[in-house]
Amino acid sequence: MSTTTSELEVAHGGVPAGKEHVYSQQPVLSARNIVITFGRVVGLDGVDLDLYPGEVLAVIGDNGAGKSTLIKCLTGAYVPDSGEIKLNGERVSFRRPQDARDAGIETVYQQLAVIPALDIASNLYLGREDRRKGPLGSVLRMLDKKGMEKRAGESVRNLGIQTIQNMGQAVETLSGGQRQAVAVARAAAFGSKVIVLDEPTAALGVKESGMVLDMVKQLRDKGLSVILISHNMPQVWDVADRIHIQRLGGRAGVITPETHDMGEGVAIMTGATKLSEDAP
Amino acid sequence: MSATEVSSASAEFARRQHSPVQRLQHQLHGKPWLSPLFLLLVAFLAFYIATPTFLTASSMGILFQQTAVVAALAVGQTLVILTAGIDLSVGAIMVLSMMVMATLARDDGMPGIVALLIGVALATGAGLLNGLLVTRINLPPFIVTLGTLSIFTAIALLYSGGSSIQADRLPDTLNFLGEGFGIGEFRITWGIVVVILLYAVIGFVLSQTAWGRYVYAVGDDAESARLSGVPSMRILLGVYTVAGLIYGIAAWILIGRAGAATPNAAPDANLASITAVVIGGTSLFGGRGRIIGTLIGALIVQTFAFGLSQLGVDQQWRYLATGVLVIVAVAIDQWIRKVKA
Repeated sequence: MSTTTSELEVAHGGVPAGKEHVYSQQPVLSARNIVITFGRVVGLDGVDLDLYPGEVLAVIGDNGAGKSTLIKCLTGAYVPDSGEIKLNGERVSFRRPQDARDAGIETVYQQLAVIPALDIASNLYLGREDRRKGPLGSVLRMLDKKGMEKRAGESVRNLGIQTIQNMGQAVETLSGGQRQAVAVARAAAFGSKVIVLDEPTAALGVKESGMVLDMVKQLRDKGLSVILISHNMPQVWDVADRIHIQRLGGRAGVITPETHDMGEGVAIMTGATKLSEDAP
Repeated sequence: MSATEVSSASAEFARRQHSPVQRLQHQLHGKPWLSPLFLLLVAFLAFYIATPTFLTASSMGILFQQTAVVAALAVGQTLVILTAGIDLSVGAIMVLSMMVMATLARDDGMPGIVALLIGVALATGAGLLNGLLVTRINLPPFIVTLGTLSIFTAIALLYSGGSSIQADRLPDTLNFLGEGFGIGEFRITWGIVVVILLYAVIGFVLSQTAWGRYVYAVGDDAESARLSGVPSMRILLGVYTVAGLIYGIAAWILIGRAGAATPNAAPDANLASITAVVIGGTSLFGGRGRIIGTLIGALIVQTFAFGLSQLGVDQQWRYLATGVLVIVAVAIDQWIRKVKA
């Protein structure tokens, strides 16, 4: 696998120490040359991205660098104009969010995509409700409310969230951090391969941010791959294994918290310095 | 930060005492039909004290018969309003459907059942048209149904030549829902039975099925619903189509109730149906409300009309009261939506 390793060095500007074995595997998710335009505005100008099993890949970049656009392309919310996305080595093309979810990619969007008026259990199962067994479910199409409520409670507790007890509570009565926890719990309950979190701590206080970051680490420890979009550099350097830097609709490079400090990361992000490995 | 820290903070929060007003707000948040139910009971009591004949079996039978048509329309209107839409074409679709049924079946021109099915199918198609304009061309529901209100009204008048068709020229099938049975003095028409069935079926669908849950989700936040995998456009299209079907059934009830098919029947059906939904606690902003509230709302409106007429009071007081109720209902809804944990 020596050729693969050298390719990786070029593509990633470093691999976390002691984890070389992970990065010699096939990426869970890889994107090549993703291009998307909105009218005359170029959203993404040929972006590559690789996500490996059991890692937290942070995506950082200035406003308008294309972070959210990139993950929307990876999760079916946008359909890229061109480019290739592979999941476990197989080429995929998502036409809508449901396609990506069916393939095992769960997304927690910046706007959370929870329904305030519905309760927690309903939100967790929204779009993939379980029906009752027997003719009540198959003929009358009745929902298995009790079962879903019970399993929703388990999903939430699995993430170590103590503050939410009543799954019948409307989401709008929750705090920002609790809502985020519901959204993450939903992703964790159904995401079999990849979980994408778009700015999960942007609207949260220090304590609640800590809770969400703990959840992110737990997801990784369970073997899931996580893409974390964030503006918060200390948080990124705290949880990320590798950091994908997005700049001007393209990838400026990939670094690790060990090889580069925050200042260097921000310098690459703003274009003050260029990552030599990735220089054309 | 440890988990125990968080849980102790939340326990402290839970211990914080809620004032009685906050507890009321919480109750109403979960059960928005509580305040209209309270109002209905107060109205019943007030009219009973003012005129004891109000609460007799025969009076109640008349009240329910008078409520039937608006109550049926309001089922469809509730579905549309739950999706944060509004349907101004309810009355027009109903009248068009009714005139088509009656004209086709007049003087045994066509078997009653065939005319009925054509009329209901036409109403369903009219709802589908509303839905297509809302979802495919992305027009606001208010504008779409304002337009189709005029279009369907005009077609109904042109098609019927503006003249009424009396019940004696119509087959029994079309008049059937005006007939009924008495339990003592309490007379129930088949139309009332159909209305109760409508509420039961739609109530079941809204509370027990995924489709019902999606109706609420789309109305509360269409984009979040889409990102959660809810087929928002298909749900919206379905809601307008089912609403059309219900207006067709309301047309059948109206023939039985009015004893005739009249092209200018039920002129205030649009506003009455919206009023019933809003007074019943369903939010005009979508995503919140219960179908049972709509039934209570329809009963409230009709109770005021019926009670005041029994008292011999000028009918303008009824409109005044209805207007106040609508404003109060929306104000309560705004307050409920600000609920905190």
